[in-house]
Amino acid sequence: MEEDIVTGILISEEGALSLDEMIHACGAEAQWIVELVEVGILVPKGVEVAAWRFGAADLIRARRLARLQRDFGAGTEAAAVILDLLDEIERLRAQLRRAGMQIG
Amino acid sequence: MEFKDYYKILAVERTASEGEIKRSYRKLARKYHPDVSKEPDAAERMQEVNEAYEVLKDPEKRAAYDRLGSGFQAGQEFHPPPGWDAGFEFRGAPFGEALGADFSEFFATLFGGGGTTRHASAFRARGEDHHAKVLIDLEDAFRSASRTVTLRTPELDQQGRLATHERTLQVKIPKGVREGQLIRLAGQGSPGPGGSPAGDLYLEIHFKPHPLYRVDGRDLYLTLPLTPWEAALGARVKAPTPSGGVEVKVPPGSQGGRKLRLKGRGIPGAPPGDLYLVLEVVLPAADSERAKQLYQTLARELAFNPRRTLGV
Repeated sequence: MEEDIVTGILISEEGALSLDEMIHACGAEAQWIVELVEVGILVPKGVEVAAWRFGAADLIRARRLARLQRDFGAGTEAAAVILDLLDEIERLRAQLRRAGMQIG
Repeated sequence: MEFKDYYKILAVERTASEGEIKRSYRKLARKYHPDVSKEPDAAERMQEVNEAYEVLKDPEKRAAYDRLGSGFQAGQEFHPPPGWDAGFEFRGAPFGEALGADFSEFFATLFGGGGTTRHASAFRARGEDHHAKVLIDLEDAFRSASRTVTLRTPELDQQGRLATHERTLQVKIPKGVREGQLIRLAGQGSPGPGGSPAGDLYLEIHFKPHPLYRVDGRDLYLTLPLTPWEAALGARVKAPTPSGGVEVKVPPGSQGGRKLRLKGRGIPGAPPGDLYLVLEVVLPAADSERAKQLYQTLARELAFNPRRTLGV
């Protein structure tokens, strides 16, 4: 039985989601997202709130942060540090992979 | 459905205090949290642990759960006795579904139903968004493909009780897609309350590890083994690429670790990525008399000390 193939919109690093869409995608409150932008954890394009456009990396980062806050009871600042460290680990892993090492 | 032994999952006694439960949860969270864990089944274990904690940390839910009795084994076939939850009112919702929380049929049946199950501090004008990861082959990025994604989503049935509902989708993976990008499928999330529009589904793209190529953004890396004479004298050798084999010119005087860049042979795009060949010099084994002689000739006639800079 042939299933219909669904086609979506590709969201890349370039901004694509508005604040409302971000709120909805994270299941979060507006204030939480705004705070993350204010402390520089999320960096949307656009200056005014209405013009903010978040990319795929922002959405993934925000959800990861929420999980860290939920699962470890981490404050926003601590969760942000954890995120940065995780990113750095991933960067280092990528470097090792490029050099030919088998890194998981 | 299967009985879940939450005390066993959290590795605590049935008589454990709130503090002991919290401590045990924290320890397990550090072990199985998907962002930091090295365990192969981390995501599943974390969901289990989160679900168990959700019940045992809440005095009301815990009391109701304890009421079921201690006679059941984990994994045993189980049905809640009628009226088991009489007198209990479960406030609050399970952790927001948008965070990717998934819960067992056991939890959904016992704690998911009745009353309000969504913390609607803001009126939700449409269904919740869902998130899932999709694993694709590197080749899918070179030519568009379609992938099957299986989703387990919680949905309210006619009685207003939560049930997990499994469905599959065939999703088009566009050419040029990269790791970490999202495909947003409108209307494939949770159905909206009261007939309002459904939420969206966000698919996070991840490449399966490839036997040959390492992926970094749009660029690919491939180790290219060479013989010592190919590296030293230069050579034309064949190399694979995802878009077909090519012949590469290895410059004379090459050493292991050197990178040769094949422009535009990475993941398609505007601009396309590059394919880097990382040269690796491989020594033939000295496993025959002839091979040993040839090596010894080289050793005698090529004055070469790779350790001269070590001062020994």
